[in-house]
Amino acid sequence: MVASRAIGSLRRFTASRTLRCPGYTCRNFSASSALLTRTHINYGVKGDVAVVRINSPNSKVNTLSRELQSEFIEVMNEIWANDQIRSAVLISSKPGCFIAGADINMLASCKSAEEVMQLSQEGQRMLEKLEKSTKPIVAAISGSCLGGGLEVGVPAAFDMMLTGRNIRADRAKKMGLVDQLVEPLGPGLKPSEERTIEYLEEVAVTFAKELSDKKISLKRDKGLVETFFFFFLTELTSYAMSIPFVRQQIYKKVEEKVRKQTKGLYPAPLKIIDAVKTGIEQGNDAGYVSESQKFGELAMTKESKALMGLYHGQVLCKKNKFGTPQKDVKHLAILGAGLMGAGIAQVSVDKGIKTILKDATLAGLDRGQQQVFKGLNDKVKKKALTSFERDSIFSNLTGQLDYQGFEKADMVIEAVFEDLNVKHRVLKEVEAVVPDHCVFASNTSALPIRQIASVSKRPEKVVGMHYFSPVDKMQLLEIITTEKTSKDTTASVVAVGLKQGKVIVVVKDGPGFYTTRCLAPMMSEVLRILQEGVDPKKLDSLTTSFGFPVGAATLVDEVGVDVAKHVAEDLGKAFGERFEGGSVELLKQMVSRGFLGRKSGKGFYIYQEGVKNKSLNSDMDGILASLKVPPKSDVCSDEDLQYRLVTRFVNEAIMCLQEGILATPAEGDIGAVFGLGFPPCLGGPFRYVDLYGAQKIVDRLRKYEAAYGKPFTPCQLLIDHANSPNKKFYQ
Amino acid sequence: VTWVTGWPLSGLSFAAQTKSKKTLAKPNIRNIVVVEGVRIPFLQSGTSYKELMPHDLARAALLGLLHRTNVPKDVVDYIIFGTVIQEVKTSNVAREAALGAGFSDKTPAHTVTMACISANQAMTTGVGLIASGQCDVVVAGGVELMSDVPIRHSRKMRKMLLDLNKAKTLGQRLSLISKFRLNFLSPELPAVAEFSTSETMGHSADRLAAAFAVSRLDQDEYALRSHSLAKKAQDEGLLSDVVPFKVPGKDTVTKDNGIRPSSLEQMAKLKPAFIKPYGTVTAANSSFLTDGASAMLIMAEEKALAMGYMPKAYLRDFVYVSQDPKDQLLLGPTYATPKVLERAGLTMTDIDAFEFHEAFSGQILANFKAMDSDWFAQNYMGRKTKVGSPPLEKFNNWGGSLSLGHPFGATGCRLVMAAANRLRKEGGQYGLVAACAAGGQGHAMIVEAYPK
Repeated sequence: MVASRAIGSLRRFTASRTLRCPGYTCRNFSASSALLTRTHINYGVKGDVAVVRINSPNSKVNTLSRELQSEFIEVMNEIWANDQIRSAVLISSKPGCFIAGADINMLASCKSAEEVMQLSQEGQRMLEKLEKSTKPIVAAISGSCLGGGLEVGVPAAFDMMLTGRNIRADRAKKMGLVDQLVEPLGPGLKPSEERTIEYLEEVAVTFAKELSDKKISLKRDKGLVETFFFFFLTELTSYAMSIPFVRQQIYKKVEEKVRKQTKGLYPAPLKIIDAVKTGIEQGNDAGYVSESQKFGELAMTKESKALMGLYHGQVLCKKNKFGTPQKDVKHLAILGAGLMGAGIAQVSVDKGIKTILKDATLAGLDRGQQQVFKGLNDKVKKKALTSFERDSIFSNLTGQLDYQGFEKADMVIEAVFEDLNVKHRVLKEVEAVVPDHCVFASNTSALPIRQIASVSKRPEKVVGMHYFSPVDKMQLLEIITTEKTSKDTTASVVAVGLKQGKVIVVVKDGPGFYTTRCLAPMMSEVLRILQEGVDPKKLDSLTTSFGFPVGAATLVDEVGVDVAKHVAEDLGKAFGERFEGGSVELLKQMVSRGFLGRKSGKGFYIYQEGVKNKSLNSDMDGILASLKVPPKSDVCSDEDLQYRLVTRFVNEAIMCLQEGILATPAEGDIGAVFGLGFPPCLGGPFRYVDLYGAQKIVDRLRKYEAAYGKPFTPCQLLIDHANSPNKKFYQ
Repeated sequence: VTWVTGWPLSGLSFAAQTKSKKTLAKPNIRNIVVVEGVRIPFLQSGTSYKELMPHDLARAALLGLLHRTNVPKDVVDYIIFGTVIQEVKTSNVAREAALGAGFSDKTPAHTVTMACISANQAMTTGVGLIASGQCDVVVAGGVELMSDVPIRHSRKMRKMLLDLNKAKTLGQRLSLISKFRLNFLSPELPAVAEFSTSETMGHSADRLAAAFAVSRLDQDEYALRSHSLAKKAQDEGLLSDVVPFKVPGKDTVTKDNGIRPSSLEQMAKLKPAFIKPYGTVTAANSSFLTDGASAMLIMAEEKALAMGYMPKAYLRDFVYVSQDPKDQLLLGPTYATPKVLERAGLTMTDIDAFEFHEAFSGQILANFKAMDSDWFAQNYMGRKTKVGSPPLEKFNNWGGSLSLGHPFGATGCRLVMAAANRLRKEGGQYGLVAACAAGGQGHAMIVEAYPK
């Protein structure tokens, strides 16, 4: 979120990205005939200041594309050639977006690394020219300015290049990325957004004029080296940086840090460091060449294809394909103020939805309300909210123990205890008090929705909403429809989910739906691996090094051992032999000893408040020893262990598509990555099969099938894909 | 400055004939009149009043009112004062001032606060008491002393001190003291900032001016007009509401001391005060921190006549409005003006004297533009058409808050008295008072001249 508009004078424009834009408010068109044909960039002249306006046609955001580049160079050349013009302002005509970054479609359409490299170099040439401009250039940024856009707008930002994190405008000013902030304006004689952009332009023009008149000058570092310094080495002086030995140390440190964060799975950050290194060691030109080469290589990697695929999938899962619901949900009621209920309440009230949070006990309600308050207050501490905004958001929440006000509820989400009898009871209670149009959504991770709906008077209004914990952090929402759920009910829950900021997959009802069902066989394999004597720490490191954000043993602790046991038993019954693997006895014994995972302080690990490095729970040794099974030596190399987990996951996901639980592979990928932490660098189970080949995965499965039997039997759809290599989940 | 031309008196009789209404008296509702209103000179904070306390200023205004009207103290049924930054020792400053001014200890008094329209709230509260028949005679006023504001210990320090009070043993005390850190000593200053948005008022005014594209030059010109008109009014003795105040240990203060007509060239040299370096609101086109107090004698008409007074004006319809405290903080007059005119059944052309509170030049000019915009009326006020901006020749002709000063709690009475006195002097019938206030609130009131 960008709270302010920023102005930065332009120093450097690196890398391979472009600008685009057609201005709609040009006052003085230049006499150039070429102007008439320009669709991406326009410029007008105010006094002796050229105002270059960026506006990608037919798009909400400006992205760096080929067309934009040539027009931009043309315009800049005119500006440089024109003696009447002494400075320039770059501005976007789109409210809320300067340049969102490179055009992903453009990169995706490139066939080779050379093609990308060439694109990159064209971009560099443009940026270099800008950097060397003798006429001052002011970038007036309103809204998002990412990737290449940032390079257009501000001097190289090393930290952001590495982590791609979003930086609020006030912070950017402190970091020295921008020189001035312009606060958004309220309504005046025209809409706020329109006037704010005008005002930003006015202020930028004044700055540009004063820069060219030398009335003001910019005290800022000289480019890459110092910026680099600013972020990582505040304690060192630039003198130290001039000593090669020290410099090498620094590179090493940065690389180590990056490797630790990415486990070497994401190639981009290291290549960025390489390029910067080359730039410092061998001069800017060599740095640019290296940068464009590396960019070209990166664009062709599987990782880049996987991540672009996820991007497209996410865009897809942010749309409501069920249309606009008949009734907007203005009053929401949530049953159960536990971790999930309170989390759902938090993401609802902060979007302005009036929400009732009902619990059975005052103690439970207190805890839930405190959770919502804390969630909001943490944002105040991070300065993402003011205390006043927190209070006004919190006033959308009503905590209560009875059903008062449910007669106005448009939707009820129950998040009570995962027990069918309890769910049936609350459903009947709710149906007795809510209006006819009210939707009843059940937040459950495994109970089949049609069983819950079996006691309903109006099953067309019953639907599943599977949130992930912690609700305010996890982006995924899995919506489960039964054959009786009406389309309007689905549209309504999707609309609410989108409002809550969720990425949504809609799946058919069935044991474990999609996400829990994929996770269960993998968890079953986790238990087997533990029983085979691999210690939880090793297992965690094997899974994280494969790209899972959380280790498999830690995941069990986080989910809750009792929940895992519940799911394992239920799904075990439903799917039989195929879900076999480790023994549920392991989980049972843990539950009986009170090792419920993080929530009880002990699971595979011991959790203590304020202690960061958790240690293994030594009381587990006995349990694990008593359930030990002999490992099979030909399928327990580190790599085999990793693939035993991943292939079961992938196989189950594909089976969900085969059985129609999933509507599209894209939803399967989004669900796996955003809900279960499937390695993003692999793009999700379906993308993974596409990129790495179905045959390889079938081969793996067959190998493990020989050792363990049915749990590893590849499903028909996967076999089909292996048999005809042209068959892809994504065409 | 060409604005400073006298009022064309010949036009008045014509205007009076075309009024939408002959009077705003309503059947079966008591007429409420202002008998008299006074204020002590408004001074820049940190000058002659700086050693005093707020109730001293309020007391001086009350004494000035008593002296001017000779009203018997025991006739007063009720006393109400407005104030904004409260002195904690005298949080009901109305009562302390009334007692000190020698009013009967049987006369109740209370204090109201509504940011810059606190005195307006005091007056309209009095109007309500009289209209409902609870009282016949009310004194309403306001006071502000910006020379001394309550600066507090930090919350941590306060907590420690309060806990120390409760600590019973030496051990408990020592353990509390051991938790003391140097940063406990950093004080908390009251800010002229919105609590809800944390934005200072000057910053908001600058954004407002930018939103309405009000230029720096326009703002400077308007401020210069205010100071020039105030100077002229002062020189010509028109500011008859001012009563002298003998400050203990100092000379008698007889005039406002913030009036300082400058030149546009001088004003152009100032740097922006809030949005640096490109903002347009400067010290010269903003109202300054001011000390001052005002007081007014309000009565039911029949009571005033029975007591032999010649009232100055009727207090007629009034409205309070409120809107977004972030982006429309200072647009109160724009919202309040059409509403109060509608209530009264008048139009802009019926108004002979406008008295608007000038918080900032930019705020006044932005309000003018908003009032003159159909787009704004339709999109933000839910009205079909604009109300129109007030003609400048009828507007704040004797200066305004920019030049005379703006003691937050006291300005409302000054506005009403300026309108009443101008109507008497210039011969008009209807005056319109309007003001903006922190919290995104606003007020407007119609003042009708008492027939001579």
